[in-house]
Amino acid sequence: MSININGSPTNLPSDTRVSLLDLLRDHLNLSGTKKGCNQGACGACTVLVDGERILSCLALAVQYEGRSVTTVEGLSTNGLLHPLQQAFIDHDGFQCGYCTPGQLCSAVGMLREVRRGLPSNVTNDLEGESITLTRDELCERMSGNLCRCGAYNGIVYAITEFAETTK
Amino acid sequence: MSIKETAQAVMKKAVQIAPDALMPGGAPDPLIRQKHGLIGTPVSRLDGPQKVSGTARFAAEFPMEGMLFATLKYSTIPKGKITNLDIAAAAAAPGVVLVMTHHNAPRMKPAPAFMSSAKAAGGDDLPIMQDAEIHWNGQPVAVVLAETQEQADYAKTLIGVTYETEPAVTAFEVAKADSEPGVFQGEPLLLEIGDADASLAAAPHKVDAVYRTPRHSHNPIELHAATVGWDGDHLLVHDASQCVTHTAWSLAEVFGIAEEQVHVTSLFVGGGFGSKTLWQHQTLAAAASKLAERPVRLMLSREGVYRIVGGRTLTEQRMAIGAQGDGRFDALIQTGVVAMGRHNNMPEPFILPARSAYQAGSFRLDVEAAKMDMVANTFMRAPGESVGTFALESAVDELADNLGMDPIELRIRNEPEKDPTTGAPFSSRHIVEAYRAGAEKFGWAARKAKPGTHREGEWLIGMGCATATYPYYRMPGGAARITLTADGRANVKIAAHEMGMGTSTTQTMVTADRLGLAMECVSVDYGDSHFPGVVLAGGSQQTASIGASVAAAYRKLITELLKLAGKDSPLHGLDADEVIGRDGHLCKSDELERRESYVSLMARIGREELTAEASAPPPLEFTHWSMHSHGAMFCEVRVNAITGETRVSRFLGSFDCGRILNPKTAASQFRGGIIMGLGLALMEETQFDERNGRVMNPSLAEYHVPVHIDVPEIDVIWTDIPDPHAPMGAHGVGEIGITGVGAAVANAVYNAMGRRVRDLPITLDKTLPELGLVP
Ligand code: FES
Ligand code: FES
Repeated sequence: MSININGSPTNLPSDTRVSLLDLLRDHLNLSGTKKGCNQGACGACTVLVDGERILSCLALAVQYEGRSVTTVEGLSTNGLLHPLQQAFIDHDGFQCGYCTPGQLCSAVGMLREVRRGLPSNVTNDLEGESITLTRDELCERMSGNLCRCGAYNGIVYAITEFAETTK
Repeated sequence: MSIKETAQAVMKKAVQIAPDALMPGGAPDPLIRQKHGLIGTPVSRLDGPQKVSGTARFAAEFPMEGMLFATLKYSTIPKGKITNLDIAAAAAAPGVVLVMTHHNAPRMKPAPAFMSSAKAAGGDDLPIMQDAEIHWNGQPVAVVLAETQEQADYAKTLIGVTYETEPAVTAFEVAKADSEPGVFQGEPLLLEIGDADASLAAAPHKVDAVYRTPRHSHNPIELHAATVGWDGDHLLVHDASQCVTHTAWSLAEVFGIAEEQVHVTSLFVGGGFGSKTLWQHQTLAAAASKLAERPVRLMLSREGVYRIVGGRTLTEQRMAIGAQGDGRFDALIQTGVVAMGRHNNMPEPFILPARSAYQAGSFRLDVEAAKMDMVANTFMRAPGESVGTFALESAVDELADNLGMDPIELRIRNEPEKDPTTGAPFSSRHIVEAYRAGAEKFGWAARKAKPGTHREGEWLIGMGCATATYPYYRMPGGAARITLTADGRANVKIAAHEMGMGTSTTQTMVTADRLGLAMECVSVDYGDSHFPGVVLAGGSQQTASIGASVAAAYRKLITELLKLAGKDSPLHGLDADEVIGRDGHLCKSDELERRESYVSLMARIGREELTAEASAPPPLEFTHWSMHSHGAMFCEVRVNAITGETRVSRFLGSFDCGRILNPKTAASQFRGGIIMGLGLALMEETQFDERNGRVMNPSLAEYHVPVHIDVPEIDVIWTDIPDPHAPMGAHGVGEIGITGVGAAVANAVYNAMGRRVRDLPITLDKTLPELGLVP
């Protein structure tokens, strides 16, 4: 039984109670993914599974056999920051940095959802072909990622800039 | 007055009347004059790359050899005794190494309660798992250690506890009957000037109402955690802390060992806001680790944080202002009661803003504390000011409405020339400029004075403003060590903290400017109790404390360097006050060509490195001058006429906080404070079950904090006028942002719909009746 984490095949734990989050943090020492509530309320533990964002605290590791997980550690390549990571630094999209890995993974997954045309609660035209990433669309879609430091403005600038450069 | 109080009062008077020149800040910091350095330029966080790549290591992320995972079990009654603890099944569960209860816990002293002495860090001073007594609903009753977290968490569910309950005071109305005078920082929270009641009665215009604010929880996204290990009788604690030195000293007291035997590190902290001090979990982890003879990691669950880490307490404030027809205040009365734990001393000091905000003919300010059986309440971002400004600034708005005056003009009408209650001169107060600039940028002139008259579709639109204020503090104990190396680089070590405020980046900039070195040549190490200084990350005092400490160490270093450099140096004969650092050189300050580089100076003295450590001078400046930060908060809300929902559509903060050192990180601090203020205004409340003293919403699903969609673009501007008496001319900016926001929002809601909400948070149940939507 194995799971692919940031490109490396990894054994799944024998204890079926282990969440994907605890597998990463406690069993593999991949502590970039954060725990802020362990109950699906804060978004700090967001990772990408086959490109889709999930809350790793609500996922049992064994459910993800054979799947590919990307964590914040997997966003950068060869020590080079992902452009969204750089945009977070440029726009001061964090203070303490604890929600940041979740915000980053969530944003990457969110932008894919927008490209696929998935509507959100604030999308007016459900029949429409494509989604325009307005400020409201972006904020609505990122609202599962809490930032108690209140770096929201910077996060929005960073994601907007990144989304524009990768259009 | 006791002898101690009399002595304090005499000291205070002496400091107030002493000549300016004898005070710290009597001569302005030379950095204030320097215009071409890093200070004032936007610099990105130095720790940014670590934080965005997931390599920044937080307290629960240090692996240790043979480490066990811990979990806590909490009491379910507010007061009484444990009569039986059944741990057999838990102890026999797979992977379990230890179940610790009061029966087998090592003997420990209580943690000294915060502010009871210089380095006390405890949230309360109760015994920690030493007996069967229960003091609050949620007190830890057992610790389980196991090989994995899953095993520990499961085993905990097998523990059976029975209690004998005793009567507890868990209802505020009951507690109020026995309230006692509040004492804060050694001084009674009571101030009377003139006969305020008589002046109020005689005043032709008045407001007099009761305002309420509920309990709040800090909710940093990082859960409280510690990874601990013993090496013989030396304890290592990787903590999430805003007071590493305090914690080390306090843990040493608890375990009866020397301060040096406890080493606390805390390089990254995932938010604190007042909560990351010493609570029972660090002590319990260390005690269990001692018994098990293995390192332990204890990360509280979110519920656990609510159970054992206190938050801001509730307040009930009577706020009254009596005024003349021209708006001048005759009487300012702010009195009331707050709930407080029985074993801590934090009577939320909501009267602090009123002590220096306005000129008034008479004052009566008073805080009473009502003791309850509950988890110890504590400091949370702008303790006092955040909730005190809600009542004060709402009342000013109400009065302006009564008088038919613009609320900004009413505030300016009552602007004091010197501190209205101490008589001390202000060190720096430019609040009128802040109001004018803010009003201009926000478009205040477009506000409709008559409430409920601006509607767009189903939205009622209103604007409100309020004054923000927070004192300048600098606490005793600041010290720093600077090391200059032969290659012309400098390193600072100080036991300070970075919880996201930008401290490490900003202080690197400041140190580089002070020495005249490039930013790359300077490093600042912090977050370690073995470094010099007692530097609490609280009271927005780190900026001043670190600044003054580094300035003192710099002076000592340069004195030594010049002395050792001897006759052949071009700087020979000059002392530390006659030189400044510039471009890697020390230069005569009024003759910059007369200079020598650090590299050359170090070669001259033939040293690989030169180190100086010094303490900051005693913090007398804010007694001698009245020193405060100020701000003008502007808010636009839209209240939905169908649903009663309030949305904040625009917000602007115009600040007067001395010189802004790093505009990039300061702007984030201002915005972060304002956003927490939006939470306070519209949604935050720790719900407390008055029947049994239990927090009812111990989760981020049920305690609502602002999320992305709740937060508009927030504009922040500042006067940037240096405070001549503060190090670098700067004030800390971590707390001012939350102050005034509650009132700015409430005043905007009133302007939008004509409903005055005096009871936070402003939820739908409080707006709907006015809209005629519910009876
Ligand atoms: S830790 Fe998973 S949502 Fe909070
Ligand atoms: S940066 Fe601290 S919680 Fe978001």
